[in-house]
Amino acid sequence: MKHVVKILSLVVAVSAFWITLLQAAIVPQSHTWLLPIYFVVSLGCYGLLMVGVGIMQFPTCPQEAVLLNHDIAEAKEFLSTNGIDIGTY
Amino acid sequence: MAEEKKYKYSIIIPTYNERLNIALIVYLIFKHLRDVDFEIIVVDDGSPDGTQEIVKQLQNLYGEDRVLLRARAKKLGLGTAYIHGLKHASGDFVVIMDADLSHHPKYLPSFIKKQLETNASIVTGTRYVKGGGVHGWNLMRKLTSRGANVLAQTLLWPGVSDLTGSFRLYKKSVLEDVISSCVSKGYVFQMEMIVRATRKGYHIEEVPITFVDRVFGTSKLGGSEIVEYLKGLVYLLLTT
Repeated sequence: MKHVVKILSLVVAVSAFWITLLQAAIVPQSHTWLLPIYFVVSLGCYGLLMVGVGIMQFPTCPQEAVLLNHDIAEAKEFLSTNGIDIGTY
Repeated sequence: MAEEKKYKYSIIIPTYNERLNIALIVYLIFKHLRDVDFEIIVVDDGSPDGTQEIVKQLQNLYGEDRVLLRARAKKLGLGTAYIHGLKHASGDFVVIMDADLSHHPKYLPSFIKKQLETNASIVTGTRYVKGGGVHGWNLMRKLTSRGANVLAQTLLWPGVSDLTGSFRLYKKSVLEDVISSCVSKGYVFQMEMIVRATRKGYHIEEVPITFVDRVFGTSKLGGSEIVEYLKGLVYLLLTT
C-alpha cells in the first residue's frame, strides 16, 4: 500500500470520527466545529516544539575537527613518503 | 572451531575534483580496515584537477585489486555513479560514502559490526543521535536541517533518524534492488533510497557518525534547495 494511502485512510478515519461527534452532539456542536482547527494548531505547535528541542539538543562535535586535522596530517606524511604526489593543497 | 565466513566489502566513492581528499580517504580506509577484505571503487566523473592520476598512484601503492578506478567521461550524477560502481563491485556488501572526508572511515568498523550483529540489510549512519554529531554548521543550517527532518518524519515515517545522510552500508543485492526503483537526483535521491528501502520492508539499522563540514563559507542551502527539498518530499509522499 502506498504511504499516501495510509495517511489518507487516517484522515478519513479521523474525519468520520469528527462527523460522528457532530451528529451525536455529546459535546456541544460549537466546540466540535472547532476541533479540526485545534488539531491543526496543535500539530503545528508540536512541530515547532520538535524543531526547537532538536536544535537545542543538536549533537555537535568540535573535537572531531581537531581529530580530523591530525588524521589529515598523518595521512599526508605517509602519502608523501610513499610517492603519492599530493602537491601543495 | 568453525570457520567464520569472511565477507568482502566494496566501498564506492564518487569523486569530482577530489585530488587530495581521495588520497587521504584511501589512506584512512586502509588504516581502519586492517583485517577486512575490501576494495575501493573510485567513480570519477572526468575531474580536471588530476584526481584520476592520484588514484593511479594509489593503485601502485595499494594494489589494483584493492583500489579500482572506474571513471566516467563527465559529471553524470550521483545515482548513476553508484550504479556504475555497483557493476564493478565484487563484494558481498557495498558501502557508499563521500570523498570529501565529511564521512570518516573510522566508522567503517562500526557499520560492519552492526550489520554482522543484526543481519541488517542496510546500516545507515546518523548524525542526529547521541554519539553522532555535526561540526561546522551555523544556527541557520541547523535550523533548516532540523526543520527538514521534522517535516520529513511527520510526512513520510521513514524509520530512520537521518534521511539525507549518504554514509551507508548495503547488502549488495539490496542496493541493486533499491537503486533500480529510484529516480531522484542529489540528496533527494538519498532520501528516496532509504524511504523505498523502508517501504520494501528491509531491515535497517543505524550507527552514530560524526560529520565535519569543511566546506566553509559556501552556502549550500539557498531558496532553490529548499524548494527542491519540498518537491522531493511531496514526490516521495505520493509515490512510495
